[in-house]
Amino acid sequence: MSDEKKLAIIATKGSLDWAYPPFILASTAAALGYETQIFFTFYGLQLLRKRLALEVTPLGNPGMPMPMGMDKWFPVLGTTLPGMQAMMTMMMKKKMADKGVASIDDLRSLCLEAEVKFVACQMTVDLFDMDTADFISDVEYGGAATFFEFAGETDICLYI
Amino acid sequence: MADQELDASGLNCPLPILRAKKALGGMEAGQILHIIATDPGSVKDFEAFAKQTGNELISSGEEGGKFVFDIKKS
Repeated sequence: MSDEKKLAIIATKGSLDWAYPPFILASTAAALGYETQIFFTFYGLQLLRKRLALEVTPLGNPGMPMPMGMDKWFPVLGTTLPGMQAMMTMMMKKKMADKGVASIDDLRSLCLEAEVKFVACQMTVDLFDMDTADFISDVEYGGAATFFEFAGETDICLYI
Repeated sequence: MADQELDASGLNCPLPILRAKKALGGMEAGQILHIIATDPGSVKDFEAFAKQTGNELISSGEEGGKFVFDIKKS
C-alpha cells in the first residue's frame, strides 16, 4: 500500500444540486494529493452523460431557498406546475454562474484532468437499459466488488 | 517578489484551489505564487491546502477588499 491518501465516493443522485458534492470533493481531494475514485450508481449515472441535462426541483425539498419569497406565497402544489422545474433549473444555473460557481461540466473535466477515476455501476446500467454510448468515454464499468477493491484501502469513504 | 500570479477573483470554491494547484504544477520548487481571490472561504482553504500539500503559505492578507496569498512551492 502506498502512503498516498485515498478517497472513495459513491454518487447516487442525479439532480443538478446533488451533482456538486461528489465533483467538488473529488477534484479538491485530487488537488490535495488524494488518489480518488467515484462510483456512480442509480441516478448518479446521470452525471456521466456526455450531454448533461441535470435539473433541480423544489418538490419534496422544503429546505430549498426560493427566489422572490416564492416559498412564502407559493403553495407546495404550485411547484408541480408544468415548466416550474425548468424555470427553477434556469434560475439556479444563472445564480451559480453569477456567483462564480463552476458548472458541473467544468468540475467533471477538472476531475478527469486530475486523474479522478470514474466507475459506473454495471448493474444499474443494465437495469435502466442505459446506452453507454451516451456516457463520456473515461468511465470503467464494474460492480460492488470493484468498488470495495478500492474502497477497502481508502482513508475516507463518502456516500452521496 | 512573486514568480507567478494567479487572479482567481470572482471564482468560488473549489476553483481558486484547483487553479492554484494547476499553477504550482508548472512552477519550480522554491518559486512563489501570488494569488488574488474574492471568495471569503479561500482564506481558510489556502491554509488547509498549504498544510496538506506541503507548499508553504508565506503570507495571507487582505488588499483593497480582496484576499491575497503567497505560496512557496515545495
